[in-house]
Amino acid sequence: MFDSVWLLFAFPALGALIILFAGRWMSQKVVGWIASLAVVGSFVISVLLWLGLLALPAEERSVTVHWWDWITIADFHAPAAVLIDPLSVVMAMVVTGVGALIHIYSIGYMDHEPRYQRYFFYLNFFILAMLTLVMSNNFLGMFVGWEGVGLASFLLIGFWFDKRDDLYGWYADCGKKAFIVNRVGDFGMILAMIIVWSTLGTVVFTELNEAAHHLAPATATLICLLLLLGATGKSAQIPLYVWLPDAMAGPTPVSALIHAATMVTAGVYMIIRTNALWHLTVDAGLVTAWIGMLTALLAASIAIVQTDLKKILAYSTVSQLGFMIAAAGLAAYGAALFHLVTHAFFKALLFLAAGSVMHATHGVLDINRLGGLREKMPTTYRTFLVGAAALAGIPLLSGFFSKDAILVVELQKNLALYLVGIVTALLTAIYSFRAVFVTFHGQPRDPHLYDHVHESGPIMTVPLWILAALSIVGGVINLPFVLTLEHWLEPVIGEHEKIPLVLELLGITISIVVAVLGVLTARALYLTQEGWAKQLAQSFAILRRPAENKWWVDEIYDVLIVRPLKGLADWFAAFFDPKVIDGAVNGVGAALNDAGEAVRKLQNGAIPAYALSILVGVVAVLFYFLFFVG
Amino acid sequence: MALSIPYLLTIITFLPLAGAAIVTLVPGDGAKKWLALATTLVTFLVSLLLWTNWQDGYAGMQFVEDVVWFAPLGIRYALGVDGVSLFLVLLTTFLMPIAVFYSVLYVEHRVGAYMALMLLLETAMIGVFVALDLVLFFVFFEASLIPMYFLIGEWGGKNRVYAAVKFFLYTFAGSALMVVAILIVYFSTGTFDILALQKAQMPLAVQTWAFLAFSLAFAVKTPLFPFHTWLPDAHVQAPTAGSIILAGVLLKMGTYGFLRLAMPVFPQAAEQFGPLLATLAVIGILYGALVALMQKDIKSLVAYSSVAHLGYVMLGIVAMNAQGVSGSILQMVNHGLSTGALFLMVGLLYERRHTRMLDEFGGLWASVPVYTGLFLVVAMSSAGLPGLNGFVGEFTIMLGAYNYMPIFAVLAAAGVILAAWYLLTAFRKMAQGEITNPANDRAHLKDLNGKELAMVIPLVILFFVIGLFPNLFFDKINPSVEAMLETRAAILQQATAEQTPAFELAEIMATEAQ
Repeated sequence: MFDSVWLLFAFPALGALIILFAGRWMSQKVVGWIASLAVVGSFVISVLLWLGLLALPAEERSVTVHWWDWITIADFHAPAAVLIDPLSVVMAMVVTGVGALIHIYSIGYMDHEPRYQRYFFYLNFFILAMLTLVMSNNFLGMFVGWEGVGLASFLLIGFWFDKRDDLYGWYADCGKKAFIVNRVGDFGMILAMIIVWSTLGTVVFTELNEAAHHLAPATATLICLLLLLGATGKSAQIPLYVWLPDAMAGPTPVSALIHAATMVTAGVYMIIRTNALWHLTVDAGLVTAWIGMLTALLAASIAIVQTDLKKILAYSTVSQLGFMIAAAGLAAYGAALFHLVTHAFFKALLFLAAGSVMHATHGVLDINRLGGLREKMPTTYRTFLVGAAALAGIPLLSGFFSKDAILVVELQKNLALYLVGIVTALLTAIYSFRAVFVTFHGQPRDPHLYDHVHESGPIMTVPLWILAALSIVGGVINLPFVLTLEHWLEPVIGEHEKIPLVLELLGITISIVVAVLGVLTARALYLTQEGWAKQLAQSFAILRRPAENKWWVDEIYDVLIVRPLKGLADWFAAFFDPKVIDGAVNGVGAALNDAGEAVRKLQNGAIPAYALSILVGVVAVLFYFLFFVG
Repeated sequence: MALSIPYLLTIITFLPLAGAAIVTLVPGDGAKKWLALATTLVTFLVSLLLWTNWQDGYAGMQFVEDVVWFAPLGIRYALGVDGVSLFLVLLTTFLMPIAVFYSVLYVEHRVGAYMALMLLLETAMIGVFVALDLVLFFVFFEASLIPMYFLIGEWGGKNRVYAAVKFFLYTFAGSALMVVAILIVYFSTGTFDILALQKAQMPLAVQTWAFLAFSLAFAVKTPLFPFHTWLPDAHVQAPTAGSIILAGVLLKMGTYGFLRLAMPVFPQAAEQFGPLLATLAVIGILYGALVALMQKDIKSLVAYSSVAHLGYVMLGIVAMNAQGVSGSILQMVNHGLSTGALFLMVGLLYERRHTRMLDEFGGLWASVPVYTGLFLVVAMSSAGLPGLNGFVGEFTIMLGAYNYMPIFAVLAAAGVILAAWYLLTAFRKMAQGEITNPANDRAHLKDLNGKELAMVIPLVILFFVIGLFPNLFFDKINPSVEAMLETRAAILQQATAEQTPAFELAEIMATEAQ
């Protein structure tokens, strides 16, 4: 049963290879279906693995399949092995399940794309890397996937590498930015892995629990903060979130798959996976929680003033990832994973629905040019509405339960964090329904554009319906008080912390109020009383301008980090290296040359003769010492 | 029990030399080219016997040959390979056919001399890695200098004479110091036997002077910051095959020298100067990367990236622990393959466009997708993407560095960010964006042909093999490394027990000054 886990990887690997070597002779449909079926195959395998685990008693639900010894030097071992446990199968099912739907959707979405082979090759490669990330049983194996998805992300953000527009600049630059910013996070990951091995003597996750007992709290804090740096890269948190909004330059299904549902959750997954280390440090967890909530607030504040639909969704993703990171920091791993799963459903849905709009408008996503689309695109509208409602936390939808789970933990543990969470939740409800109302309700703002809009075909709408269904009912995997998911995860994350009934009910009540309030506010501002929005914008001008300019974070990084480094590099390359170092060398050379003039007559000028004379010289000197000194 | 083949190392070492002799004799450029290629291929195939007949788990020298060469001084013709040198020999014999095949396709000027020099170079390089006698080592070390000097000076670019002379004088200055060092060692111990020297006790003063002299020689060759400025000139001017071999193999003679001689033979001195060397190594990593970022000529960018990469290798060697040293040995091979491949790719582009300036390109991904895709794989290998070869070396080196002194690992890890920066910047300028120059469009620029793929693909396959199955290599490297480290530790312990007092050091220095 578990031995067949290799198939999980073999399907996308095979799909990628077939497309790479034989794709040029295949039509777009054939390539698309090969790629999609490969991921469907992986999904089937991951469901089988889940069923396999279900059949085992809870305490035995951790199966390691060892493939080969990857790196061995003295007492350092890193195996190539996979860990099948409650956490990894959930991740694998989300990755391959949502992944399969997005692959299929892409067949329709990318139907006019000439470089479709590349696209589907990258997509299958991404799935392979993402599975490596979530299935590896050790830090280094996870890091292979970690970097692999980074490469896939780079390739797909810059998929239209010869394209530029006002919103993104050169698309290729967006991809490059993503990779390099993530490398800053990798700096933390690499050091964390090194320190983990140097202090614990193992990099295998299942051995961390045992080994971590004699870890000094300070060291644990250091390791966890370094891991957090890695997480802020992949999961787009302060200070490294800046690459994600630009990542929207990639094709929209990619934004759905990689930059919303799966890859960006890698940081959350990683923290849950390494929870044995986080248990040893309260400080790192608190820092993490604050980073998460501040990111959530900041990103929500930016999302609310963005005018591009995908950018709204991008900042929303950053914001929601902030919730997950915060939950993980507060050791509410179950809640973090719960929100990760539901977010994968509803955010993938929102992106794919936005993609459906984009497909119909030939790329226009500026909400100032949209409006009134609901009649022309009923399916897209309804599914987008479901996604937005789930995101806003409308009661009984999946996002309501999962976000509430996080908020309740904050309410219990840290009131300040909870307040930030509530404000963010309010903003979330407002911006999600702003997107709905401005895009789909009201009058068309660009009649010409509106005339050409049409609903997408079934290959795109069927995945929308499926994701909409999941966004509605996804909450059942972890309903309050039942907590199926948290119990399922217990072998990995330990016992669930009890939350008092009063707090739970109070939390739920406040969450409902906030969500409804947010939707009503959005309705007033963007639908019924549009004048209010203008007035509000004017009175909050002091906040709006910074938010519209994304709080100038990119610019600040540019001035503080990129430019000084480039200036230094330029000074090295243009002055220090040629003038100072090489100048010294040439100076010594010139001096020697002058001295050499005196003995020039002894030499015939041919350089090999120097070498020969060296040999002769060696022998002569040796003889001298041997016979006269020795 | 592995089958022992008499004179195997002699055969591998001198096959190219014999080939060089024949190449000069046969008439016709075509014949000379194919004969040279055949020689390198046969040498490679024969060298594979080292792998197939390797005695796994044995730490000492294998395939040993030992004949008295010059009895009065105890100079011996002694050859052998162990886990430290095995893969450097194989790297050499593997890269040579690729470099020669490239030359078969693209070199037309004085073919006979060119091919003979390439083959001569191969003999010298292999000789360096298998020599077990200090004098023999020195002879091969010097002998490698001459063919490379001519290859740059005769077949190089516009500024070739300056670059060649600089290369020669620079490394020659190092060699002069090495002579001094060899003499110091000989008069202190009375032997040229490298293995015996690793077990010998030398007074600290002797160690210090000899270590410094050897280190300077090897630092120039490696090159270690700030002795690196000959490298960009040499690379930019050298013909492509020369660059492949220069970066791929020649530089490793420096790091190999540190590993085989400077560090283990003078353990106390090495320990004293370790932090200094490690500092220079990490400066090289960061500085090389930053300078690479600013380069406009791709070849010069790759040259500076070599400074950074060799910084990692040095760092692992200085760490003198199992992870650092084994990682360094693998990283020498990795750098040879990745940087060799980068120079190969740059060369292939140069043959088409006769320029290497990044600004001249742009949008190649649309016009030559196979070339560009492979270039990206090579760049990723060089940037240390996990799953490919570079990561395994870099990570284990940083592991070793951390356990030597944590700060070095932190700085080295920062280099990982910069590596992605300069490589992706180059890739961005070259492959992405729009095609603005018609010379880069599909109609004018041809993608790689079968022959060219035949050179690139074996390298790419090795990236994956090493990246995914590095233990195929570590299994052979580790025993020798661990044995070397044990010997070194024992010597150090003994030395501390005996404690050379400080005044004695001053005395010896005074005596020497007279």
